[in-house]
Amino acid sequence: MSQFQQNVELIRTESMTRDVVRLTFHAPDIAATAHPGQFIMVQTTTTGNDPLLRRPFSIHQVNNNGALQILFKVLGRGTELLAKRQEGEFVSLLGPLGKGFTLDNGDASCLIGGGMGIAPMLFLAHSLRRQGKTPTVILGARTGDELVPLLADFQQLGVVVQAVTNDGSFGSHGFVTDIFKDIHFPAHSINPIVYTCGPRPMMAAIFLQCQHKNLSCQVSMETTMACGIGACLGCAIPLKSGGYAHVCADGPVFSAKDLLWNL
Amino acid sequence: MEPVTVDGKAFAPREGNSSQVDLRVNIGSLQLQNPVMTASGTFGYAREFEDFVNLQRLGAVVVKGISLSPRAGNPPPRVVETACGMLNAIGLENVGVERFISDKMPNLSVLGVPVIVNILGDSVEEYQEIARRLAEVESIAAIEVNISCPNVKKGGVAFGTDPQMAAAVTQAVKGVSRAPVIVKLSPNVTDISLMARAVAEAGADAVSLINTLIGMAIDLPTRRPRLANVIGGLSGPAIKPVALRMVYQVAQTVSIPVIGVGGIASADDALEFLLAGASAVQVGTANLVNPRTSEEVVAGISAYFRQHHIASVRDWIGALQVS
Ligand SMILES: Cc1cc2nc3c(=O)[nH]c(=O)nc-3n(C[C@H](O)[C@H](O)[C@H](O)COP(=O)(O)OP(=O)(O)OC[C@H]3O[C@@H](n4cnc5c(N)ncnc54)[C@H](O)[C@@H]3O)c2cc1C
Ligand SMILES: Cc1cc2nc3c(=O)[nH]c(=O)nc-3n(C[C@H](O)[C@H](O)[C@H](O)COP(=O)(O)O)c2cc1C
Ligand code: FES
Repeated sequence: MSQFQQNVELIRTESMTRDVVRLTFHAPDIAATAHPGQFIMVQTTTTGNDPLLRRPFSIHQVNNNGALQILFKVLGRGTELLAKRQEGEFVSLLGPLGKGFTLDNGDASCLIGGGMGIAPMLFLAHSLRRQGKTPTVILGARTGDELVPLLADFQQLGVVVQAVTNDGSFGSHGFVTDIFKDIHFPAHSINPIVYTCGPRPMMAAIFLQCQHKNLSCQVSMETTMACGIGACLGCAIPLKSGGYAHVCADGPVFSAKDLLWNL
Repeated sequence: MEPVTVDGKAFAPREGNSSQVDLRVNIGSLQLQNPVMTASGTFGYAREFEDFVNLQRLGAVVVKGISLSPRAGNPPPRVVETACGMLNAIGLENVGVERFISDKMPNLSVLGVPVIVNILGDSVEEYQEIARRLAEVESIAAIEVNISCPNVKKGGVAFGTDPQMAAAVTQAVKGVSRAPVIVKLSPNVTDISLMARAVAEAGADAVSLINTLIGMAIDLPTRRPRLANVIGGLSGPAIKPVALRMVYQVAQTVSIPVIGVGGIASADDALEFLLAGASAVQVGTANLVNPRTSEEVVAGISAYFRQHHIASVRDWIGALQVS
């Protein structure tokens, strides 16, 4: 498993909404070895020591020409600086990092992305489609503005997206859990699986429903991180069996049943 | 002066050329091919860095602190960024000395780089017991004793803040160790020279400094501490001036080798610590930002010496000109 630290060219910047940005890098080495659910650590500044640490972002999409995308919301200093980087500039990336989604088992799957948790779902949907599978896709956001610009890429893959917004401005009105409640896999499906990424309460609710439906559930988790490569032990997440796992090395994707949820 | 850490590219070491400068240093009976080590807790068990660093180019690697029994560590959040630095409260998570010897050491001993094992305990006896077990492992180059831990028998006062307790730990570890013993000093004291003198007199072969400075960060919107542990250790470029001052003071005080740690992210930083009197340096937090830093520092030091016609690092150590 190779990891790379490279200065790569930022080849495209897109403002998806007022505060959501998509960056495309020419990063052939990372793109060629990346799996859906893995992430990269991005240096937000080229000058000085502030902000000091890299920022983690899920890999949103890669292609055969070496392009790698991240999709992120501007929250604080790091993402603000990153959003201001210009096309043609070089950015230091570290990746691909962590363990991604498990794809091989199961012939039926449901992908559930909420908010910026949508980011890794595009890469995942793409990989599943390449395996000839047709996942059910549920995407949720607060408002339609945040969701609509992301839909075309999914639709291009030939998957049907069930959209839901908290304010009802687009798609169904409510939460992803309201949609997921009514999803039923065909009775004959083998090892059906649910993949989810989003705010923790959302993933907890999905996991609860999965338990009721007896479905296996993979979740992509977030913690604060310093290194992203398993060196600092800063990214601890409590395990059901006691002790901690490290999100950057053991995750970010976990089998939901292994984590401590305090449901 | 040119910055030396431009993401790996600036100072790719040229084979053969580096033989022109002599970077060898001695830490007690241990001879290192160059003065650059990695700092405990920032380099995992070295394997994490194999894709980024040619480990054989380093002076030594120092591994994460090991205790007698495994420790789970603190609840999250464990790390938070601060201005030009970071706070950590990892809680000394580690696999314990048994599993370290059986699971980690076999991998470490074949890396072709001296391995220094950092140890921690909550009593003098615990430190000694770990050191006794490690003494059975031939391939350990040195022991580094982290004394910034609370002594549970003395109401949780850190060993590193009391000269008698620090001396007692040093003596206990030294008494059972085969390899040289480096005592890692805490900066959270009024007079670090006093601590250095106490451990030197107790038999330490070298001192390393500084460990992290205790600090705190608050999240204003939620009115909560940003670390679950409330307080944590500050590291990174923000602490470099404090570390440099302490290294300078300690190097003036003791005759054993001093290893400088704190905010080192480039060859220039390392060169400053050596000038201040350090015989070697450790790269810590910088590994977390740019995993190649340690190797870049080695390459940068030899490039600097070539450029300035410095034949040996030993001519540079302590050569600070205070007029
Ligand atoms: C494995 C992993 C993958 C990620 N993938 C994505 C992604 O694809 N897209 C995306 O937009 N974000 C993603 N994140 C979150 C992203 O890393 C943070 O939003 C980013 O680091 C914030 O940096 P900042 O400097 O802008 O904010 P800071 O200045 O560090 O913080 C600003 C504010 O944002 C809050 N904040 C910081 N980090 C997070 C977080 N992880 N979650 C929620 N709030 C946070 C802080 O508490 C603070 O209030 C991911 C995180 C992890 C661990
Ligand atoms: C995440 C992290 C974990 C650390 N763990 C240890 C440890 O286990 N034992 C120890 O002696 N020092 C530990 N340290 C302290 C470092 O080894 C070093 O002394 C300190 O960070 C200052 O150097 P720096 O500014 O280069 O990081 C740790 C530091 C960090 C940032
Ligand atoms: S972020 Fe450093 S170990 Fe995970």
